[in-house]
Amino acid sequence: MEHIRTPKVENVRLVDRVSSKKATLGTLYLTATHVIFVENAPDTRKETWILHSQISTIEKQATTATGCPLLIRCKNFQIIQLVIPQERDCHDVYISLIRLARPVKYEELYCFSFNPKLDKEEREQGWMLIDLDEEYKRMGLPNNYWQLSDVNRDYRVCDSYPTEVYVPKSATAHIIVGSSKFRSRRRFPALSYYYKDNHASICRSSQPLSGFSARCLEDEQMLQAIRKANPGSDFIYVVDTRPKLNAMANRAAGKGYENEDNYSNIKFQFIGIENIHVMRSSLQKMLEVCELKSPSMSNFLWGLENSGWLRHIKAIMDAGIFIAKAVSEEGASVLVHCSDGWDRTAQVCSVASLLLDPHYRTLKGFMVLIEKDWISFGHKFNHRYGNLDGDPKEISPVIDQFIECVWQLMEQFPCAFEFNERFLIHIQHHIYSCQFGNFLCNSQKERQELKIQERTYSLWSHLWKNRADYLNPLFRTDHGQTQESFHLPTAPCNFMYKFWSGMYNRFEKGMQPRQSVTDYLMAVKEESQQLEEELEALEERLEKIQKVQLNGTKVKSKQSEPSKYSGFSTSDNSLANTPQDYSGNMKSFPSRSPSQGDEDSALILTQDNLKSSDPDLSVNSDQESGVEDLSCRSPSGGERAPSEDSEATSQRPYEPTTSLIPKYNIVQSVG
Amino acid sequence: MEFAELIKTPRVDNVVLHRPFYPAVEGTLCLTGHHLILSSRQDSTEELWLLHSNIDAIDKRFVGSLGTIIIKCKDFRIIQLDIPGMEECLNIASSIEALSTLDSVTLMYPFFYRPMFEVIEDGWHSFLPEQEFELYSSATSEWRLSYVNKEFAVCPSYPPIVIVPKSIDDDALRKVATFRHGGRFPVLSYYHKKNGMVIMRCGQPLTGTSGRRCKEDEKLINATLRAGKRGYVIDTRSLHVAQQARAKGGGFEQEAHYPQWRRIHKSIERYHILQESLIKLMEACNDQTHNMDRWLSKLEASNWLTHIKEILTTACLAAQCIDREGASVLVHGTEGTDSTLQVTSLAQIILEPRSRTIRGFEALIEREWLQAGHPFLQRCAQSAYCNSKQKWEAPVFLLFLDCVWQILRQFPCSFEFNEHFLIMLFEHAYASQFGTFLGNSESERCKLKLQQKTMSLWSWVNRPCELSKFTNPLFEANNLVIWPSVAPQSLQLWEGLFLRWNRSSKYLDEAYEEMVNIIDYNKELQAKVNLLRRQLAELETEDGLCESP
Repeated sequence: MEHIRTPKVENVRLVDRVSSKKATLGTLYLTATHVIFVENAPDTRKETWILHSQISTIEKQATTATGCPLLIRCKNFQIIQLVIPQERDCHDVYISLIRLARPVKYEELYCFSFNPKLDKEEREQGWMLIDLDEEYKRMGLPNNYWQLSDVNRDYRVCDSYPTEVYVPKSATAHIIVGSSKFRSRRRFPALSYYYKDNHASICRSSQPLSGFSARCLEDEQMLQAIRKANPGSDFIYVVDTRPKLNAMANRAAGKGYENEDNYSNIKFQFIGIENIHVMRSSLQKMLEVCELKSPSMSNFLWGLENSGWLRHIKAIMDAGIFIAKAVSEEGASVLVHCSDGWDRTAQVCSVASLLLDPHYRTLKGFMVLIEKDWISFGHKFNHRYGNLDGDPKEISPVIDQFIECVWQLMEQFPCAFEFNERFLIHIQHHIYSCQFGNFLCNSQKERQELKIQERTYSLWSHLWKNRADYLNPLFRTDHGQTQESFHLPTAPCNFMYKFWSGMYNRFEKGMQPRQSVTDYLMAVKEESQQLEEELEALEERLEKIQKVQLNGTKVKSKQSEPSKYSGFSTSDNSLANTPQDYSGNMKSFPSRSPSQGDEDSALILTQDNLKSSDPDLSVNSDQESGVEDLSCRSPSGGERAPSEDSEATSQRPYEPTTSLIPKYNIVQSVG
Repeated sequence: MEFAELIKTPRVDNVVLHRPFYPAVEGTLCLTGHHLILSSRQDSTEELWLLHSNIDAIDKRFVGSLGTIIIKCKDFRIIQLDIPGMEECLNIASSIEALSTLDSVTLMYPFFYRPMFEVIEDGWHSFLPEQEFELYSSATSEWRLSYVNKEFAVCPSYPPIVIVPKSIDDDALRKVATFRHGGRFPVLSYYHKKNGMVIMRCGQPLTGTSGRRCKEDEKLINATLRAGKRGYVIDTRSLHVAQQARAKGGGFEQEAHYPQWRRIHKSIERYHILQESLIKLMEACNDQTHNMDRWLSKLEASNWLTHIKEILTTACLAAQCIDREGASVLVHGTEGTDSTLQVTSLAQIILEPRSRTIRGFEALIEREWLQAGHPFLQRCAQSAYCNSKQKWEAPVFLLFLDCVWQILRQFPCSFEFNEHFLIMLFEHAYASQFGTFLGNSESERCKLKLQQKTMSLWSWVNRPCELSKFTNPLFEANNLVIWPSVAPQSLQLWEGLFLRWNRSSKYLDEAYEEMVNIIDYNKELQAKVNLLRRQLAELETEDGLCESP
């Protein structure tokens, strides 16, 4: 709390991003974990909650006559523009937020104060939901070729690896340790995924310290052991996910890549995925495009192309496809690495696993996948997502890209995934929110030292509890596309890579489809379930009555109830069909901050208003706006205040100039 | 003329057909007057029947004596035929070329087609102007049907029956016609029952450089305004283009002469610019290289989505004037047969729930495109692969369908029809066994006696077995105005159409099937529950009856 210079500022305006003329007046609160904006409007008192950990940048803009503007960009792609009347208040808020958004100790993060009111047992069970031991068993391990090694007990060999890893049976501790000394940060080759069907495997490591000519017998033996663990193939692929030039440059620093001459029976392959710095700047460029105010189609497409973002997504996907094909079609094992083996390697291994194994396309399986390839193998969440104040050059949207790859696949294979888009968006949100302990720190070792499991809650159990929200109604376990590994084309015209506006523009709801097929179908399915139950009950009753009649006894029965179910579609309809609002009622998004409703008593203003702790706006905001009737009620009638008229056109005006009537000023000069 | 003269080689054996996503098929190639047919001897393999009129362009090449013909279709499909024998191949190629570019409309397939289905409802009479007008006349008495054009003498591109303000007589209409491009005087396009505002459309006023006026025109247009109300003229051309049109005798409404009207200029592209855009778009879609940047840059360079955005924006603006501003709208560009119709018909999709139903949408196409005189024959003569590049070819109707798809994507539960319906309309506009899209106007269709000599597309579509394919399982009647987003982030390439021959639709089809299953299952349960409830209720009343005495 000592960082909060001013806990409350009144008469602050929240400026609408779409039309800068419109703003809502309210009060700004700073708490230990959130920025909260509460609208003055007495009937709504709408609240916008922003977690400090979501804040990416804060920008103080030039003071104007109306006050001092403050622009807050969030890591979940929300953008908030505030205008604070007094320069001094603005400065105080600015200085406070700068500090609050960059905690220096883990203990300052939200997960250490977040309390979902679960008892100790529930918390422990939550952490046990995802169990990697089980997962390796599911893969069919251990077996004749692979065994669990405790060589990294107490993180003795590699401090960014898990303590338990699967290695080929023939790889002795001596070989592993020897190999680890020949690999960056001692990240020796270890199993990521085992493909039961043909014994091929995906292994991961960091780059070898080969320099221009160095060799390591144990490392060569290690790769040999991986090859021998797959009796079906006489070679293994070694995939270096870096561009060749980058890998070659590393040789000068004593690192580099495997020399095919030194290793027996390897096929070496470069796959050019760019490094974290290129990716950071690519996302930056794409977000600038998303932020453009009424861009033309060309501006947008040109900006999208220029950002290179989709090219990078495709590169990651192509790498995953290459590996999945090597494993499933050629039956060859693959060793994947990049430089340190914790960014590109994690992306590529997890994409390949997802392509190969339908289990990872289920809700739980996807959690397992992130746990396995990202959390346990030391993806540096803290550095990459800037949870604690650190080197800004370490920040990069590595897992965001993986999540987008999954979304791109979902678009092409609509029945293949058990979960829906919302699930991905919420995971992305929580990677940055630090509300749960799962993604804290840079490695298992650090998490253990911090006693994360004793002090914080697990996101997985939270998501699992709310899984009804995350289900894909089209998922069918018996479908071809859910059963097999995918076979994907790679040309853009065959596999359409699309801009993901549901993620990057998700707080601008007007841009999203106005009716959700997913929600609609889920409602239908839910109704069907109720109907099934009713059907059963009715059949039972019918049977009873018929029996009774047969027996000649007279029994009075209750009047049958009127149908309860006639209403789902209409209510659903009125919700979903809310017209894109030109009268300005829904303008105040971001209406519900994602972190709203974390029932955290420490900082609650109006606790009763809080509904869900999920980073989702789409669920509630239509109800809140209640605008669907308004917009269609006799517009020529006198019900609308005149001011609404001008708002109507400024919302997202089709005519970019200005309002239509009554000013008549849009007309270009006449003749 | 006999087709036989054009068919130099009617039949070639051992021809191999290559199509994306299908195994190659070997079989016998036959040419008939209207079809290219390839049938394999195996019963299991389906035959290929391709209308010659669907062929947009062909390429041929030879390796030794093996000839290859690459056929590029107007529906964007590209197929390849390997034909043994150079002479056969050349003969086939030249026959196809001749048969796919017949000069005379009356030689086209619709005049020869004999339907193999039972006609339940004759589509030629499904959407009569009188019936359509009845929908309005219950709500307003300010409009009337005029038969002034019954001999097509006043306006050759208008239908015989049009809707005009009641207070304007036919003589005045004749005078106004002389003041409007192509004789296209202002007529009613849409009446917004909620507030009585209207959309009218017409050709540009022929003001010329001298600033000609026409009192009757001013009177007609003002007659559509209610007391104290103002209206908007939406000119689909930029101010610059509109000003240039004056030199050629055209022009726009001078503010001074139409003081109750405000003009808004938008710029929707026309003619070859659109055609080139389509050509470039398909080039991008057929680019098999694996380069992301190249794909995006080609997509951008095609400008297709720019046109979509511009058209949609203008339509939304018109709808906004009507519904939000409570102001009537007059739409025109130059001729009033292209961008004008895109705008008026899309505005109705936004405003009018009926036009989002299957029949309503058919009625809209009948009214706003066919009757309104969109020159289908000229515009759809060639498609994305043609080399001829005639000035009058342009994918105006396709752009309209794409815009409808964009709205459908944003409001997936508000349309009674699905994407397949739109694709079917696209196909039939370019090549069809039905007469519906033949000719450039009602008058041409009358002269061709299409009603007597050909079958209407609607006769075929509106049978239950066809309709079921085109019905959107998610449809829930939605009586609201639907406002689409026109932000670039919200507009997408219509993959289902433009990429459909380049990728397998297997997984998307499965998803569609699954969607249908979910909803059918729900309906089935509902029916069962209702039945049981009734049975129970009956049993219980019987019970009660027995008990009562």
